[in-house]
Amino acid sequence: MAGHAAPDAAPSTMTTDSTPAYPPDDGRPGPRLSLDRRRRRLRRDLPLILIGVPGIALLLAFHYLPLLGNVIAFKDYQPYLGIAESPWVGWENFRVIVNGDPAFLNALKNTLILLFLQVVVVFPAPIVLALVLNSLLSERLKRLVQSVLYMPHFLSWVIVVALFQSMLGGSGMINSWLRANGHATFDLIGNSDLFKLLLTSQIIWKDTGWATILFLAALSQISAELYEAASVDGAGRIRQMWSVTLPGMRGIIILLLILRLGDALTVGFEQIVLQQGPVGIGVSEVLDTYVYNQGILGGQWGVAAAVGLVKGIVGVVMVIGANKLAHIFGEDGIYRS
Amino acid sequence: MIQGTPPPGIAARIIKGIILTIACLLVIIPFTGVISTSLASPESVARAGGFVIIPDSINFGAYRAIFSGGVVSRAVWVSIGVTVAGTAISLAVTTMLAYALSRRGSVGQRPMLFLVLGAILFAPGMIPTYLVVKSFGLLDSYWALILPTAVSAFNVIVVRSFFMSIPQELIDSARVDGASEWMTFTRIVLPLSKAALAVIGLFYAVGYWNAFFNALLYMNDTSKWPLQLVLRAYVVDGSSLSSSQLAGADGAFPPQQSLQMAILVVSVVPILIVYPFLQKHFAKGVLTGAVKG
Repeated sequence: MAGHAAPDAAPSTMTTDSTPAYPPDDGRPGPRLSLDRRRRRLRRDLPLILIGVPGIALLLAFHYLPLLGNVIAFKDYQPYLGIAESPWVGWENFRVIVNGDPAFLNALKNTLILLFLQVVVVFPAPIVLALVLNSLLSERLKRLVQSVLYMPHFLSWVIVVALFQSMLGGSGMINSWLRANGHATFDLIGNSDLFKLLLTSQIIWKDTGWATILFLAALSQISAELYEAASVDGAGRIRQMWSVTLPGMRGIIILLLILRLGDALTVGFEQIVLQQGPVGIGVSEVLDTYVYNQGILGGQWGVAAAVGLVKGIVGVVMVIGANKLAHIFGEDGIYRS
Repeated sequence: MIQGTPPPGIAARIIKGIILTIACLLVIIPFTGVISTSLASPESVARAGGFVIIPDSINFGAYRAIFSGGVVSRAVWVSIGVTVAGTAISLAVTTMLAYALSRRGSVGQRPMLFLVLGAILFAPGMIPTYLVVKSFGLLDSYWALILPTAVSAFNVIVVRSFFMSIPQELIDSARVDGASEWMTFTRIVLPLSKAALAVIGLFYAVGYWNAFFNALLYMNDTSKWPLQLVLRAYVVDGSSLSSSQLAGADGAFPPQQSLQMAILVVSVVPILIVYPFLQKHFAKGVLTGAVKG
């Protein structure tokens, strides 16, 4: 950061100090400052620190304090004793994971099935939609279609679930029309066999449009000359797609896959908790709803916290691992190490 | 610039047209059905067996019933209050923290930046967060709907990178002229960032309006429920609304379907109102976040 001019914060106290107000910010700790000078710098920057304090305080209270609160995974938490006073129980709470408690295994199984569906079915959907949108001839038509398709992203899950019920539910719009016209009705919402399909289609409905934004940006970066060159070399439309378009999107696809993997075990808490009632725990329980049902509703605080903690650690390990993998493939990933 | 891909052939164009038309209809049709049913007369709802696709007359009975007092009106006011107060707090705290982080080389800037970045990587679990909120005595308090999500570390980083794009000379000259940090922040930096603040503010506002998770966890007192919880109880779970829950519903009580759809419309409309503003800026915002965040 050479040339970073030093705003002189306190001219009156700085006149005797010939060193620059700010040391060059090169990422290395600077030479040790004398206690006196450090105190002076602190006094100069104190107003700035105070401006940052409310935000930092909120992060400490509602982010870092709960991170420390994960110790209850190793305790037998008693509400009337509080976190600090509850007795330690070592790895006791982790036994549901290690010994494979059936309810936990069921939640894990459903989570992995939904993850598979989300990576294989939900993830490619916006890529296909972006390809379709990208080659529209009229820019105005494209913008109109985008306006419509981006909108559902901004609706809450409660609204999306309510809309799906209003359309497809037992007394929903399609069924009332079928009933009024003497046809057989169907019940998609309460059908436990089709529940995962329902979840998947809701995610596609809500977020496919929105997710095209980054893919469209990547597509607009591909130079027209590449297509011309390919077509001169005799590449047909399909071949151009395979050899020019898809390689152009490789970076963003890998980046988004990494981000998805970091959240691999998160497959939608609100969406599922809203719809567990009619279909039952068997097909609908995932790790996040397991933590909610066991902990908040069931009072098994330690066990729920242990499952949540393991899930969080797996998430961090997955991001770092997936990023390494991206580097092996020669892509940037989220960060370079 | 010339479009990257070559112009498609006629068959491809027809297929694309069909795909996009179907996709748009899948988004639009649910809304028209919901709005029609909320506005339909009780007779046409009964005739259609529940849902009305195109209403033959406009009837505001359902809206009059939910807005004349009772469960839904109260929830609307809770949601409006939380959204307004929450957005104001979030914007203030986010911009202040972002400003403190935007001044490179100041004492404390590095540790604060690490705290913010760490908050993006390490998410605290649901259980410990709940216990912390509970230990602060915030259960059944409106603060529980605001404080735990008041600062988005990601938004702090986005605003910080915006502040850092403001020419350093402007800030330096203000400091030389004797302006304090607070004056530099409020008189120079904030006025230059109005557009960015509008976008971040809208994102926060939509977040607060849609917030369901915090309310589900922390609000047991039904009289303090925001709209999203009322929506779940009476529309998703289908509990029926009786005339005793809606103070002003006199005479002919509107059909349940119309009441439910009216609640749904009321929860969607604010999003639809701000959507054009969001749409104008969001693509840029998402990209900025992806590139610099």
